[in-house]
Amino acid sequence: MKAELSRRDLLAAAGVGAGALAVGACATDARPIPGTLGGSDFRRGHRVRTGQLPEPQGKLEELPLLIAGGGVAGLAAAWRLVEAGFRQFRLIELEDETGGNARGGRNQVSAYPLGAHYLPVPNREAGALRHMLRQFGMITGEQDGAPVYDPYQLCADLEERLFWRGEWQEGLYPVAGLSAVDRADRDAFRRTMSDYSRATGKDGRPAFAVPSAYSSRDPEFLALDRLSFSQWLEQRGWRSPPLRAYVRYCCRDDYGTEPEGVSAWAGIHYFAARRGWAANGDGDRELTWPEGNQRLVRLMAQQVAGQVATAKSLVRATADNDGVIADVLDHRSETTHRVRTKAAILAMPRFVAARVAPARVPADASGYAPWIVANVTVARPPAGKGTPLAWDNVSTASNSLGYVVATHQSDSASGGPTVLTWYLPLSMETPAAARHLLLQRPLESWQALVRDDLLQLHPELAGAITRIDVWRWGHAMIRPAPGLMAQAADRLEDAVRPPLLLAHSDLSGLSLFEEAHYAGVAAAEAALRHLGHPVESLL
Amino acid sequence: MADATGEKAAATPQLALILLFSVFVVATCGLVYELLAGTLASYLLGDSVTQFSTVIGTYLFAMGIGSWLSRYIREQELLAFVRVELLLALIGGWLPAALFILFPLASDFRVALYGLVLLIGVFVGLEIPLLIRILRHRFALRELVSTVLTYDYVGALIASLLFPLVLVPKLGLIRTGFLFGLLNVAVAIALLLALRPERRLRAELLAALLIAATLLAGMAWAERIQRWSEVAFYSEPVIYARSTPYQRIVLTRRGGDLRLYLNGNLQFSSRDEYRYHEALVWPVLARVARPDRVLILGGGDGLAAREVLRDAAVRSVTLVDLDPEMTSLFRETPQLKSLNKGSLHSPRLKLINADAFRWVRQERGSYDAILIDFPDPTEFALGKLYTESFYREVARLLKPTGVMTVQSTSPLVAPRSYWTVATTLEAAGLKARGYHAYVPSFGEWGFTLAAHVQIGAAVRLPGRLRFLTPASERALFDFPPDMARRATPVNRLDNQALVRSFAEEWSHYEG
Repeated sequence: MKAELSRRDLLAAAGVGAGALAVGACATDARPIPGTLGGSDFRRGHRVRTGQLPEPQGKLEELPLLIAGGGVAGLAAAWRLVEAGFRQFRLIELEDETGGNARGGRNQVSAYPLGAHYLPVPNREAGALRHMLRQFGMITGEQDGAPVYDPYQLCADLEERLFWRGEWQEGLYPVAGLSAVDRADRDAFRRTMSDYSRATGKDGRPAFAVPSAYSSRDPEFLALDRLSFSQWLEQRGWRSPPLRAYVRYCCRDDYGTEPEGVSAWAGIHYFAARRGWAANGDGDRELTWPEGNQRLVRLMAQQVAGQVATAKSLVRATADNDGVIADVLDHRSETTHRVRTKAAILAMPRFVAARVAPARVPADASGYAPWIVANVTVARPPAGKGTPLAWDNVSTASNSLGYVVATHQSDSASGGPTVLTWYLPLSMETPAAARHLLLQRPLESWQALVRDDLLQLHPELAGAITRIDVWRWGHAMIRPAPGLMAQAADRLEDAVRPPLLLAHSDLSGLSLFEEAHYAGVAAAEAALRHLGHPVESLL
Repeated sequence: MADATGEKAAATPQLALILLFSVFVVATCGLVYELLAGTLASYLLGDSVTQFSTVIGTYLFAMGIGSWLSRYIREQELLAFVRVELLLALIGGWLPAALFILFPLASDFRVALYGLVLLIGVFVGLEIPLLIRILRHRFALRELVSTVLTYDYVGALIASLLFPLVLVPKLGLIRTGFLFGLLNVAVAIALLLALRPERRLRAELLAALLIAATLLAGMAWAERIQRWSEVAFYSEPVIYARSTPYQRIVLTRRGGDLRLYLNGNLQFSSRDEYRYHEALVWPVLARVARPDRVLILGGGDGLAAREVLRDAAVRSVTLVDLDPEMTSLFRETPQLKSLNKGSLHSPRLKLINADAFRWVRQERGSYDAILIDFPDPTEFALGKLYTESFYREVARLLKPTGVMTVQSTSPLVAPRSYWTVATTLEAAGLKARGYHAYVPSFGEWGFTLAAHVQIGAAVRLPGRLRFLTPASERALFDFPPDMARRATPVNRLDNQALVRSFAEEWSHYEG
């Protein structure tokens, strides 16, 4: 209990402690704030771990193909199947709704994301993804051979601002008050990253690619996976505090993990793998929507609506000579029924797959980062000294990752109510300890943390917060620890071995939309080949 | 010598020194309060000669009342002096903050202003007679009057120099008030501490500390108070001020001149708005043979609609404005209704309160004439309404023979921003033609015509306009070299080139 208290204090130190001191308005804001506490359904999720599963009953059902998991990977697999004209499959999803990490919510003010909220303009190598974006109207045409993106779906200017030394500035890297060492480290870091971005391995592939499966397997680059990102920075002698803080922000933003726990390969991937391909110089832009990546998963789900069954999870899958025997638990009726399929795609995190199909997937020690995402409804938008409100607003003085503005894309009103989506990876704890906090802490305490963090940054929001809805992600994303990436190529190769195929972003170790999409498409194409359905690869 | 505390204490040399020094402080504070009241009255009510004159007159008269009242304080002069200091600290210290806050709230601001000035004057008037009486046993009368009045006038000189040179520019009015309030408290506390600590003075000491605390808090929150009371910003009397969820609406009036400000930016002056609105509306309508259906985006004041409705050929006007409070203000207020001739009540007009950025994307109608009259692109959110993407949607709503116009900021102050609008309209596939008009309250102001086909000359300009004639209309299209067309980037959602150049050009212009 004592230990837990001290962890709480640690967590609170960033927001609550300093907030209470800095904001006189706290007292007036002590009224309970309306809101809900949501999150991935851990009770259903933990069933496969705790056992006590009903015995299969009823008739054995025959089905050509089963997809288990309706997150981005599972939906991408389903999208690929339909794209190839194949509809004889079913996708089952444990939650009541598909979408996984890319789910979103909505209230009277705006739609908002619950997790992932943008997609960078894809690289040239991401052919399958680009094919889908064209189909969804996000790519509207071509200009000089390069894809043209719909301007309404590209993130509008102003994209990012950073609170640094009492003032907002444009961009996410501190500008003012840098010492000579700070500037030298920053420039050296940027040069190194841009060198890595252009580098190719002996196998002729780019050193770092998105999807990462296209990356070079040259040992020179894979060697970077042996040490942590912070060790690597240390080796280079880059100790500039603004640089370290920026790197820490980036590692937590994409991987939910401190730089000490991120492989140097993954860390560099963040900075060196993006070479977005687009007309009009839009290559370094992002696609974003008020509801975040829910836009993408909804569009995928629409195409396969007839094939989706929710509140169902795969609890056991065994391969035999005829294909796969799969036990499916229906969480609403509390019954299990058995399905015989020719192939099954396990579109679920590896630690779950290892329980569902232990003979196929060996247990693995990878950690999964827990996150808190809060959607804060405000009567008026935040302001602040310096650069005006941007889409993404980050503070160097907070342990949160800041907030994005849900109405940034949809509205031209500069006043009026909006929704701020606030992100906090619980990276300072061990994942297990942080998940314990997720289960223990009541809504009010999360709300207080979020409110105080926002008020510390924006005293002018006192009295303007009308709602805080908190969402808990127990296993939001795999932690790309050292040693993981070097095995990624083997894991991806193994994943497309029928009849039990694996599809998830954690195969590559990077929890990115592009990775999940690639894994889903690869699994779907392998399954089609296994089933004898003609398919021309998009990969 | 019959009575207590004051007299005995006054006898100690240490106390006498504090008292003499306090004459000096008190004189400085007194004059600063007077200057604060006069300056604030000029700021808030305008006409500085009248305001200064009446405030100083009231203040001096009140000091007379105070001096006269001092005769009724028969005993315990020192205690009375301490109490006067405390009251002055509280009222004087909070005077600027209170006047700023009261201004938009009070139905008759002058009552509050002169009430406070009277109160402060009375207390200041009590100070010198009380001090002279307290010190009378220490000095000869000849010496006493000379010393006290010397300190008094020197203090006044210092205050009158500090006020304009240091206090107002460095601290601002609100903080200056709190600072001098604190000086008054300091005098009171010094006297209380110099006196032997007696039980009966504890209440005064406690009060002094509490007052000092409120003044310090006020000092710390001065900026927030200033923000609440942006009235200091306007040079004319404010007759209406209201914050809607979208903007701050302020109406001012001086004489016959009614002005509308949104978020501090002037939208029109009733003296010359006819120039702006004739220039916005008629070059478009005069180029459309049958302007059956007209769309106005922005323009919730109904003034553009007033011009449009004068054209009998117009059968329907659709007006889209973001802020329902803005349109209802201009629908319901008699003064404003008479200005827009009740255009927002016209049966030919359909009023829609929506964000135009969203509205145009879902609108399917088509229009003969479209008038775009948004606030200047001062912010990224507003900048979206000047982008290629937005103009593509508007172009979709414009009939093949239709003509539209865009309020495009000043071609003189911000030529790059001005021509960015034309470049952007062209990027959206339209033909564009710039023109400009002189509107005294704005200066040289620019507009841009756009259409699917080449834009020709005006063919049906009505008579009886106050500003435009066929000849003067033609002249609007002529740009002298200082406003001439220049190469600009296209303003897009993802570069917001216009918001950036607009900020740069206007800040350069305003220094």
